[in-house]
Amino acid sequence: MKAVALTGVAATFKMVDGFELLAQSTKATAVSGAYDLVAVMGGEPDIMFRRAIAEMGGIGKYVKPGNKVTIKPNIGWDRVPELAANTNPVLVSEIVKQCLKAGAKEVIVFDHTCDDWRKCYKNSGIEDAVIAAGGKIIPGHDESYYREVNLPNAVNLKTAKIHQAILDSDVWINVPILKNHGGAKMSISMKNLMGIVWDRRYFHSHNLQQCIADCSTLDKKPTLNVVDAYRLMKSNGPQGKTEADVVLSKGLFISTDIIAADTAATKFFNQVSEMPLETVEYIGKGESLKLGTTQLDKLKVKRIKI
Amino acid sequence: MKKVRIAISLVLFSAITFYFLDFAEILPNRFHVLVQVQLIPAIIALNVIVVLFIFVLTLLFGRIYCSSVCPLGILQDMADWTAKRFHRKKKYPHFKEQRILRWSIVAIVIVSFIFGIHIVLNILDPYSAFGRIATTLFKPAYLVMNNLIAAVGNHFNNFRFYQVDIFITGLSSLLIAAVTFAVILFLSYKYGRLYCNTICPVGTILGFIAKFSFFKIKIGGDGCNSCGLCEMKCKSSCIDAKTKEIDYTRCVACFNCIEVCKRDALSYQFLEWSKQKPAKTESVNKSYDATKRKFISASVLLGIATIQKALGRKGKDSANNIKEIFTSHNVAFKKNHPITPPGSVNVKRFNDSCTACQLCVSKCPSQVLQPAFFEYGMIGMMQPAMSFKHGYCNYHCTVCSEICPTKAIVEISQKEKNTLQIGQVKFIKENCVVVTDGTNCGACSEHCPTQAVSMQPYKGDLNIPTIINELCVGCGGCEYICPVRPYRAIYVEGNPVHLQAKVTEEKENKKIKVDDFGF
Repeated sequence: MKAVALTGVAATFKMVDGFELLAQSTKATAVSGAYDLVAVMGGEPDIMFRRAIAEMGGIGKYVKPGNKVTIKPNIGWDRVPELAANTNPVLVSEIVKQCLKAGAKEVIVFDHTCDDWRKCYKNSGIEDAVIAAGGKIIPGHDESYYREVNLPNAVNLKTAKIHQAILDSDVWINVPILKNHGGAKMSISMKNLMGIVWDRRYFHSHNLQQCIADCSTLDKKPTLNVVDAYRLMKSNGPQGKTEADVVLSKGLFISTDIIAADTAATKFFNQVSEMPLETVEYIGKGESLKLGTTQLDKLKVKRIKI
Repeated sequence: MKKVRIAISLVLFSAITFYFLDFAEILPNRFHVLVQVQLIPAIIALNVIVVLFIFVLTLLFGRIYCSSVCPLGILQDMADWTAKRFHRKKKYPHFKEQRILRWSIVAIVIVSFIFGIHIVLNILDPYSAFGRIATTLFKPAYLVMNNLIAAVGNHFNNFRFYQVDIFITGLSSLLIAAVTFAVILFLSYKYGRLYCNTICPVGTILGFIAKFSFFKIKIGGDGCNSCGLCEMKCKSSCIDAKTKEIDYTRCVACFNCIEVCKRDALSYQFLEWSKQKPAKTESVNKSYDATKRKFISASVLLGIATIQKALGRKGKDSANNIKEIFTSHNVAFKKNHPITPPGSVNVKRFNDSCTACQLCVSKCPSQVLQPAFFEYGMIGMMQPAMSFKHGYCNYHCTVCSEICPTKAIVEISQKEKNTLQIGQVKFIKENCVVVTDGTNCGACSEHCPTQAVSMQPYKGDLNIPTIINELCVGCGGCEYICPVRPYRAIYVEGNPVHLQAKVTEEKENKKIKVDDFGF
């Protein structure tokens, strides 16, 4: 039975081309919720998101009219989009627009940046993109914006101060960029949650890999994880030095399962630079905390090439 | 005229004060002209045009610089104004010029400056004193206000205002600024412009020029009945109503006397510098004389600055003075050299040119620049040094170099900054969590913009920080973020003389194509 399903998926994957795309987007509502993970390749960031979210059942499945939506991209560094240190602004803009179209009351964007937050917001292009799209970008640089919550299921990180924009939202969407990371090995969806936390030094001094996994046990889980792999940073991450660290890989992954999203993204990354899944320990630790699955073949996966 | 003076003074004062307080970068950096036109910074920066301009201005109109350009002067007028609100009948007694005291102070300042003891000038220079007051006293108050507004706004989901961290920036400058502020307020509240006319070296030098100024206040017109009102109301205590004489070395051309005289017996007019010889042609000759004098004094001052720069006094290597003695379970370290901001070229040059006005401390967006206590030794007290406690030097930021009025920090481009090495990274492996706890970390490498700190394979799947000093720019990102306490596993040691960091050749970016999903 499973085998049949899988070949079915593979078949769809092969046939996706030309007008077949159109047929699928009209079918989108019909297949609503049919997929656990959608992977897209070969398009511009906004186009790939549109395709992927349609396959995920449409944005309306996740964002209801009147919802307060928070989008958490990676805006950690004072770097321009071409250097792939921050999430692609075109993608963030598209998500903001879609949420507003779905009737969101407001769409808030923030990150707890590493470099000076004003410079990061500006030079990443995200501040301008969010404002132009009708969203609201708010600061994350001050402790007063964070509230302490308990993480009863965590191993090391028993409490954490989480940004109010996450805690007060109805829906939040995690939008990391796919990067190599000197300390954590990979920076994807789970690692991106470090940007909703106030005290990151604690992570580093209390077993980084475990704390990253622990952080994802937060009750308020991201409704969607959208991994931006339009440009990926293959080396010298997470900040990168030059464009030599960047690969124009034109990928995008969406999943409600944070472990699955990071597993898929790591496997995608592994084609560019060797990165066996086991070395990214927090993914395995997250799986044992029952946050999701690394067994992608047990999920309904949709692969689209544009 | 008084109204014009007040209007100009208020505009300039507000602008310069706001420039110091403005953390949100509302005023663009080019407003630094406000501080570049201050006399002492201009002399130290060898800004001949500004120095000549101020001297010519004074030669023409008297000490209007002291009335309308110097922020400390205007601050005193405000205290004085406040005093008058409370004491309507406030009187300033006339007293004789303390010439010996005034010139002794100038002499002490010049001599100490030549011998490299800048702290005397740094404390007395009115602009720098004001800068410290603005940065260490006014700014925290301004930030508290901002944070209150932000707290209310943020509560109602409005983020136009945002919270800002408030630090006590260095005890040395805070204490000195507080004392200066108290003394200035007291003196001006009680005695008007006493500071400017007995202590301030700028006041003494400009007063000397003002003696020969073309436009002066004239007393004793036809209506004068020697009532003494002008004398009582002169905040500079420079009018002697009995002899109908004005001490122009102390007059700051505030025009209060003209305003207060009920009989219009005072006027501001073109006067020959010697009223005994009223012939017009002669007055022109005399003014040439005065011009000469002015040029002489200007060149003397500039000469002193040049000589002391060129010679480069020996002065002890103040760099050895940071004493952070640590004892603890993890490995202690001691920084041997303070870190000066990028563009300052070397510690000695920086110590020689900085008047500790704190503008860079106030403007640094990362709170990296903090006034030193003993890091530079006694004489360098209050001069800013890099501290990575609250932040690290942004890789692309060149703000301090753009705004420094004395050129203690020379302007550098972003490109120059990217290869300028102000310090070098030191790694204490024994303190690193990768070694002590056997867990991943990499926070230092994460923050390193040049990958002078990179993560290299260690035991098993662990990576450990590995340093390449030639690549380091000394930004302090690694030191700032290192989670190990009390003594970090990585820190930056200052370069007494700034060096060039090596640039790694950009590896050919092979067009890597990704064709498949990989799963």
